[in-house]
Amino acid sequence: MTVRAAVFRLGGLLVALGLLLLVCLLSIAVGVESIPLGTVWDALVSGAVDYDSKVIVDLRLPRTLVGLAVGTALGLAGALMQALTRNPLADPGILGVNAGAACAVVFAVGFLGVTAPLSYVWFAFLGAAFASLVVYLLGFRGSTGPVRLALAGTAVSAVLGGLTSTVLVRDAATLEVVRLWQVGSLAGRDLSVVGQLAPFLVVGLVVALCMAAPLNALALGDELGSALGARIGLTRVLSGIAVILLCGTATAIAGPIGFVGLVVPHAVRIVSGPDQRWLMAYSMVAAPVLLVGADIVGRFIVRPGELEVGVMTAFLGAPLFIMLVRSRKRVRL
Amino acid sequence: MVPGRPVRLWGGRVSVRVQRRPVLVTIALALGLAVVFVVSLMVGDYPIAADRVLLALAGDGERLDRFFVLDVRLPRLLLAMTIGAALALAGAIFQRLSGNALGSPDIVGFNDGAATGALLVSLALSGAAVSAPLGAVLGGLVAAVLIYTLSYRGGVHGLRLILVGIGVSAMLASVRAYLISRSDLTVAQGALAWLIGNLNGLGWSQAQPVIIGVVSSMLVLALLSRRLGLLEMGDDRVAALGVPVQRTQVLLLLIAVSLTAFAVAYSGPIQFIALAAPQLARRLARTAGSALVTTALLGALLLASADLVAQRLFAPMQIPVGAATLVIGGAYLVWLLRGEQRAGRV
Repeated sequence: MTVRAAVFRLGGLLVALGLLLLVCLLSIAVGVESIPLGTVWDALVSGAVDYDSKVIVDLRLPRTLVGLAVGTALGLAGALMQALTRNPLADPGILGVNAGAACAVVFAVGFLGVTAPLSYVWFAFLGAAFASLVVYLLGFRGSTGPVRLALAGTAVSAVLGGLTSTVLVRDAATLEVVRLWQVGSLAGRDLSVVGQLAPFLVVGLVVALCMAAPLNALALGDELGSALGARIGLTRVLSGIAVILLCGTATAIAGPIGFVGLVVPHAVRIVSGPDQRWLMAYSMVAAPVLLVGADIVGRFIVRPGELEVGVMTAFLGAPLFIMLVRSRKRVRL
Repeated sequence: MVPGRPVRLWGGRVSVRVQRRPVLVTIALALGLAVVFVVSLMVGDYPIAADRVLLALAGDGERLDRFFVLDVRLPRLLLAMTIGAALALAGAIFQRLSGNALGSPDIVGFNDGAATGALLVSLALSGAAVSAPLGAVLGGLVAAVLIYTLSYRGGVHGLRLILVGIGVSAMLASVRAYLISRSDLTVAQGALAWLIGNLNGLGWSQAQPVIIGVVSSMLVLALLSRRLGLLEMGDDRVAALGVPVQRTQVLLLLIAVSLTAFAVAYSGPIQFIALAAPQLARRLARTAGSALVTTALLGALLLASADLVAQRLFAPMQIPVGAATLVIGGAYLVWLLRGEQRAGRV
């Protein structure tokens, strides 16, 4: 890589970081009650106790932090999945990981009486792991192309979704708990939950970033990759674990949110190029920009109510997914 | 080589080739369906012996028998059979058009369209229980048009149709999740029960329109069945034979959507019959194409049996029939994908 390209990419990353900061400030400032940025700054720094600071500290700040954590996790997981499966259509939503996590959480809430997010995160992991394993076993066949995996993911999601609804139909109490979570939202999530789940996120993050170099080698193909010193099996297993940690935690915190992991790596690849190290760095920054941004827009679309971010990302992401499918170059149909 | 054995009639003046296996399979399915038919009318919280069932069907016998057989069990059974056949045929059409075993309406998103339409109409307009056939039909049509248009690029490629369907159904699913999160809890639960697919409490007033709609769609399909078979040869060759490919595709798509819409109108989107029945029929009969009669019979048999299980498994509690077909679907998918994997397809 030339020095100029490196400077260009670093500059781009800095711009993205600036964008992230801006979006976060906006997320704290705007909403049903908009607060001037100066007041936001005062509230964050000085710790005043008036009405505005209460809104900021109790509602908007947690929401923004949740968006940051979930967005980072989903973006990174998406990039990792696409590299791991060499599949441009890979996304936690499409490959059934979200459905697995959701199904396991519903079973935990319904049958085991689990209600604290810290307890059901384990079920989210379990469900995510189970679903991704099944989809991977059913759908992954080396060079058979991206479609098979997407179909396997959809099929497994359909079965898991049906199971979830079957439980919910029988059990009104669980439905009451789960239906607000099932839309996928950043609002109303307890910040202490994010704190408690942070270790999982951090481990997933670190493992994912360590996989960047080996995944670069694997992108050349299994044989060439292993000739370059990458350990194929180990890389796959560790990447899989990272995906499950990241998606499981994100889903446990915010509910199933689709398409962020799909859209972001494709969008940033234009600037970052195919190098996994840059791609992951960019995805980590750009995904929370998208998620928090979508959350802000969702506050204004159906005023005085709010549109959950899960609905927003589906409506932003699905058209892009369809565009990808239509461009024959990207997805070899 | 032309498959089948020659059958000579009238001393060899007329000879036709008959494939024995498809005929035998069709007869076996019809017999199986007859058994399920009688058993479904017999069992229940008020069991009725077979001879009395037959008497009641003939319009004779005790009044209570006649009530249970003719007014309670028969409409539901006929609904299950009709819906099963309709879904199976719709699945066969979609799978043929998309050229893929997974290209059925439940995977591709037409069911999602119908479900979302019905939910929207019933939650937005009345807030009452979900029985919105009009919403289902409109929703299914809108989704079908949307998916077809979006996947059109100088022709409709099968896999593109499926993947665009996945994208569209993801959007529709998020709309449903939103609607359910905003509605009254009991309404939400009713909606969910409907969304799984449910035949509980349906009677003649629902069975009549469904049967009329499905049968008339089937008649149109029968007229087009030769063209459907030809489509397997590939667009170019079929066009060379003088078949208007695009028009045939659109017509078949319309038939499939109307079959699906009538099927889901009252019972909700019952999953996996459309996915599994055409493929199972094809493998049972070992025909190259999809034998439509076999497919329809198998669909009817699958759904009627699933409904019998759903009614009696935890009796007196009835589970939604969609929960029963879910199990069929899960098992079928694993089997299908493993088989395809061995054959190296998909």
